[in-house]
Amino acid sequence: MQFTAMILSNAEVSPGYWRMRMTAPPEFASAAPGQFVMVRVNGAIDPLLRRPFGVFDVGTHTPAHSGAVAQPYLEMLYRVVGKGTAMLSALHETDLLDVLGPLGKGFDMGDPAEEKLIVGGGVGLAPLYLLARELVKKSPVRLFAGGRTRDDILCITEFERLGVECYTATEDGSLGECGLVTEALLRRLDALQGRATIYACGPHGMLNAVANIAAERGIPCQVSLEGYMACGVGACLGCVAPGQRHSAETPDFRCVCTEGPVFESGELKWRD
Amino acid sequence: MKPDMTVNLAGMLLRNPVMTASGTFGYGEEFAEYVDLESIGAFVTKGLSLKPRAGNPTPRIVETPGGMLNAIGLQNVGIEAFILKKAPFLRSVNTPAIANFFGNTVDEYAELAGRLDQITEVAALEVNISCPNVKQGGIVFGTDPDCAASVVSACRAVTKKPLIVKLSPNVTDVVAIARACEDAGADCLSLINTLTGMAIDLNSRRPVLANITGGFSGPAIKPVALRMVWQVAKAVKVPIIGIGGIMNATDALEFMLAGATAVQVGTASFINPGAAQKIAEDMEAWLVENGVADVKSLIGALET
Repeated sequence: MQFTAMILSNAEVSPGYWRMRMTAPPEFASAAPGQFVMVRVNGAIDPLLRRPFGVFDVGTHTPAHSGAVAQPYLEMLYRVVGKGTAMLSALHETDLLDVLGPLGKGFDMGDPAEEKLIVGGGVGLAPLYLLARELVKKSPVRLFAGGRTRDDILCITEFERLGVECYTATEDGSLGECGLVTEALLRRLDALQGRATIYACGPHGMLNAVANIAAERGIPCQVSLEGYMACGVGACLGCVAPGQRHSAETPDFRCVCTEGPVFESGELKWRD
Repeated sequence: MKPDMTVNLAGMLLRNPVMTASGTFGYGEEFAEYVDLESIGAFVTKGLSLKPRAGNPTPRIVETPGGMLNAIGLQNVGIEAFILKKAPFLRSVNTPAIANFFGNTVDEYAELAGRLDQITEVAALEVNISCPNVKQGGIVFGTDPDCAASVVSACRAVTKKPLIVKLSPNVTDVVAIARACEDAGADCLSLINTLTGMAIDLNSRRPVLANITGGFSGPAIKPVALRMVWQVAKAVKVPIIGIGGIMNATDALEFMLAGATAVQVGTASFINPGAAQKIAEDMEAWLVENGVADVKSLIGALET
């Protein structure tokens, strides 16, 4: 669906990271965790293409004053990395955005009896909040949030408020453990009594490490990928990722925007 | 009064001059949610090859000011899967579907043209000659008049359907190629395909695209495309489809003034999946506002 959204708020939540709330049509409330939107930053030709963003949250805002209509909204969490996101961060309340979505295949909620282990790196937390919000309804959920510094650990209090047990790790030790977040994940897996599912989104190196851990231990794992994409609807074929059997001789590419962005980690090709 | 928006393109009567460009509109189906496919003149499928092609490694696309580079590597499902899985959808839409195709040898081109000729759902053929000829040291068919003509005459011999030849802009003299294609039996010429370009990441000192070079498209290429359409239109008799950076009705109408009978909307569909429909509607509105009764009266009406 394509719609014009009005920005309700746009604030920097950590240096370089922004959280934007905008109006959405009522149908958007059924967006699946892990789906994404393609946002046109402005009507001009620079930036030319839409930018993809994970859906951080969806909901309905009921204004305090009487007589006001309840307003469905969506939220995105984004990092300013270039011209497009810099322009997005400069937008204000009541500014309008052209949005396409929700797009792609989201997370599978798995078996409620399993413990859910969510691993997020930096802005990779963006699609994981809505996921956690759904998962806590039926399963115990733990979040493993990693980043280079404390500035990359985002919205942890929001996750805690959901009842998610949060572990944090930073490479410089400025927040939580010093090191990689996969260390805390491994410790949890060692202590695990029953079955678990892993959900991950973040830098490719982190996803690779998590996918390898999941494969070694035979634990189901879903990863959400990023891709350079022009359209978000499966036409440009820019955003493909190598599938499990991919090689230079027998290429096997998966389209991130339509077959993903969420994949079973075993479907994809990883480095050992 | 409602203006006449129809155009005749090599024997096909189109409801309006707006088509979608190959590689930017999937096989039609992908856009059905966003576009009324029966509001546009025609649509062109993703380029087809004899065997499925997986395409290039990533990154495959990058945005540059006013445009984008792509090196998808002609990823497509191949002719067999097209016939089995994609053609049935085309039948359900009352808009001409044009099959774009390419090969690496003249024989491959001819085989594809012959097979597409048999598919009733395919209204016309658009041959992409911007591919390297593996039998002649990789020279790109579309950059040499003789090579281009050999592809066109081989396709012409096996199909009676309208044969559109999509010209490459990466040539010294596009008019010479256009004339060679017309003489070899092309019913229509579409131009321009993407311009070869590249982008570099200064910090990593590496090309941005895994393929190093890619095809440049988007509004930045419109002046080049307009110039080439204008040059070719003066030199050939067959109708021309103008392509290159068309983002709105104004752009489309400018191409018609330059000599195009129809236009193809490409990169704009990535940004706005409903772009082609919107452009067709806005063109009609412009005709009404300006008292133009027939869109055909604009073809080649440039005053110089």
